[in-house]
Amino acid sequence: MSPIAFVYLATVLFGIGAAAVLTRRNAIIAFMGVELMLNAANLALVAFSRIHGEIDGQVMAFFVMVVAAAEVVVGLAIIIAVFRARQSISLDEPAELKG
Amino acid sequence: MFTAPEISYMAFAPMIVVLLGGAAGVLVEAFIRTPATRRSVQLALTLVATVGALGVAVVQWATYSPDSAGVIGQTGYFVMDRQALAWQSMILIFGALSALLFAARTRAGESAFTPLGSAAPGSPEEAEAHRRGLEVTEVFPLMLFAVGGMMAFVSATDLIALFVALEVFSLPLYLMAALARRKRLLSEEGALKYFLLGAFSSAVFLFGAALLYGATASTGYGDILAYVLASPGDLTLIIPGAVLVLVGLLFKLGAVPFHTWSPDAYQGAPTPVTAFMAAATKAAAAAALLRIVYVALYPLEWELSWMIWTIAILTMAVGTIVALVQTDIKRMLAYSSVAHAGFILVAFAGFSAEALSAVPFYLLTYGIATIGAFAIITQVREKAADGTVGGEATRLGQWAGLGRRDPLLAGAMGLFLLSFAGIPLTAGFIGKFQVFAAAVDQGGWPIVLVAVLASAAAAFFYVRLIVLMFLTDVPEDQQESVEVDYHPYTRVVVWITAAATLLLGVLPAGALALASDAGTLLTGL
Repeated sequence: MSPIAFVYLATVLFGIGAAAVLTRRNAIIAFMGVELMLNAANLALVAFSRIHGEIDGQVMAFFVMVVAAAEVVVGLAIIIAVFRARQSISLDEPAELKG
Repeated sequence: MFTAPEISYMAFAPMIVVLLGGAAGVLVEAFIRTPATRRSVQLALTLVATVGALGVAVVQWATYSPDSAGVIGQTGYFVMDRQALAWQSMILIFGALSALLFAARTRAGESAFTPLGSAAPGSPEEAEAHRRGLEVTEVFPLMLFAVGGMMAFVSATDLIALFVALEVFSLPLYLMAALARRKRLLSEEGALKYFLLGAFSSAVFLFGAALLYGATASTGYGDILAYVLASPGDLTLIIPGAVLVLVGLLFKLGAVPFHTWSPDAYQGAPTPVTAFMAAATKAAAAAALLRIVYVALYPLEWELSWMIWTIAILTMAVGTIVALVQTDIKRMLAYSSVAHAGFILVAFAGFSAEALSAVPFYLLTYGIATIGAFAIITQVREKAADGTVGGEATRLGQWAGLGRRDPLLAGAMGLFLLSFAGIPLTAGFIGKFQVFAAAVDQGGWPIVLVAVLASAAAAFFYVRLIVLMFLTDVPEDQQESVEVDYHPYTRVVVWITAAATLLLGVLPAGALALASDAGTLLTGL
C-alpha cells in the first residue's frame, strides 16, 4: 500500500475533527475533535516521513504527542472548572458573553 | 543518524534567565507558605527575571558588530538576530509591566485573582478560601513561562520549534484567563472559548506544517525557501500548507474571521492578564508571522497576497464597526485590538522590506498603550450603597465624568485612546504612519486607503469615550456609585506607559533608529 494513502486518510480525519470542533456543542466532544485533528497531523507527518525516507517528521510527531498531552491537562482542568460552576459543559448554555 | 546539535547557549541567555525564573517561581510556591510573603517574593523574582533578561538582551544587542544581523542559536531551529532581540526585549518590557499589575491590589486588599481556582463560584470552599486569605500566586511563574515561550516563538526558524513555542506560551495564558476574582463564570467561560479555539488554531497550524513538510521534506524555513525557489511549478501541497500555517498564526493575532475568541477572552480574563495577553500575544504572533513570511514564503507573494489583503480589509472593517456598538469598555478595547490586527496586516501588503522595522515599532506603541489602558480599567471601581468597593466599572456609562473624579488618570486614558486612534503627537500616529508607508512603498495604496478610512471611523469611538470622561456630567444617581481606586504599582505602570506613549510620539527618532536596525533577518542556516 502506497504511503500516500495515509496522507489522504489524514486529510479526511482532519476534516472530521475540524467539523466536530465547529459544529458540536458539547465541550468534551469539541475537544475530542481537536485531538483528532492533532492525530491526523501526526499521521500525515509520519506518512510524509516514510515517503521522503527522512526522520524529521517522526521526530515532530513525538513533540506533538507531548504537547497534546500537556494541552489535555490544561483543557480538562478548564472544562472541569466550568462543569463545577454550572453543572453543564454545553457551549451554547454559557451565554454570559455576547456580541 | 542523529548528530548532536550545536547550541550556542550564550545566545539563548535571555530566554534561559526567564525560564529559570519561572522554574524558581514554582519552587517558591512549594516552600513559602504565607500568602503575603509569597506574593512579594514572586513579584521580586518575576521582576528580576524579566528585567535581568532584558539587560542581557540589551548587552547582546550592543555587542553585535554594526553590520552583523546577529547569531544563530541552534542551526536551523533558532536564530538570535536583531529582529528577534527587538521582539524579545519588547515582550520582556510587557512582562515586567504586567507583573506589577498582577501584584497590585485594591484599597481593601483584594487582588485581581481568585483565591482558589478549583473552588466553584459561590461554593463554601470559595468562601473559606476568601476567609483564609489564600492567593493564587502561581500566576507569576505562569506568566514567566508564557514570556519564555513567546521569546522562543519570535526566534524560531523551524516549524517544530515554532509549534512547541506556540503551545508553551498559549497553555499558561489559557489558565491565567480563567482565574478572575469577580465574575468568575464569565472568566471561566471566556477561558473555555479561548482554549477551544486556541487548540483548534494550533491543530490547523500543525496540519499546515505537516503539509509543508510533505512538500519540502524539511521543517526548516531555509529548506522550505530553497524548495519554493527551486521548483515554482509544483505547489499542490505547499500552497494549502502555507495557508493553514498562516491561518494558525492569524488566529493568535486575532484577525477576522479568526478573532471570535478575543472579545470573550479579553472581557472574561482578569484585567491584568488581559493587558499582558493583548500586548504580548499580539507582538509574538506578529513577529512569527513576519519571520515565516519574510524568510520562507515570500516567493509565494502572488499566491498568498490575496489572502492577506482580504483578511486585512475584513479585520479592519469588522473590528472598527463592531467596536462602535460595544457598551463594555473591555469588550470595546478587544474589538479595537482586532482592528489593530488589521492595521498590522496592512504592513504585509506587497511584502515590503520596511515592514521589518515598521511592525515592531507599531506593536511597541500599541502594546504600551494597551497595558496602560487596561491598568486604568483596574482602577475605576463600582461602589455599593454601603460604601464597599466592588469590581471594575466596565460599563461605558459608568465612566461618565471620570475627568472630574481624577483628572490625571482620565487624562492618561485620553492619551492612550488618542494613541490607539493614531492622532499626531502620540506614539500611535508614528506607528501607523510607518506601517502605512511600508505598504504604500510596494504599491499597496488601495489597502492603505481602506486603513485610513477605518482609522477615521475608529477615532469616533475612542473620542466618544474621551467626551464621556471629560465633557459629560456624572449622572445624578451615580455620584456615589463609582470610585477611583489607588495602588502605587498600578499608578507606576500608568505613568511609565503614558510617558512612553508621549515620548515615542514627540521624539520617535531614537526608537525608530533602533527599529530600523532591527529590520534584518537570518534564515538560520
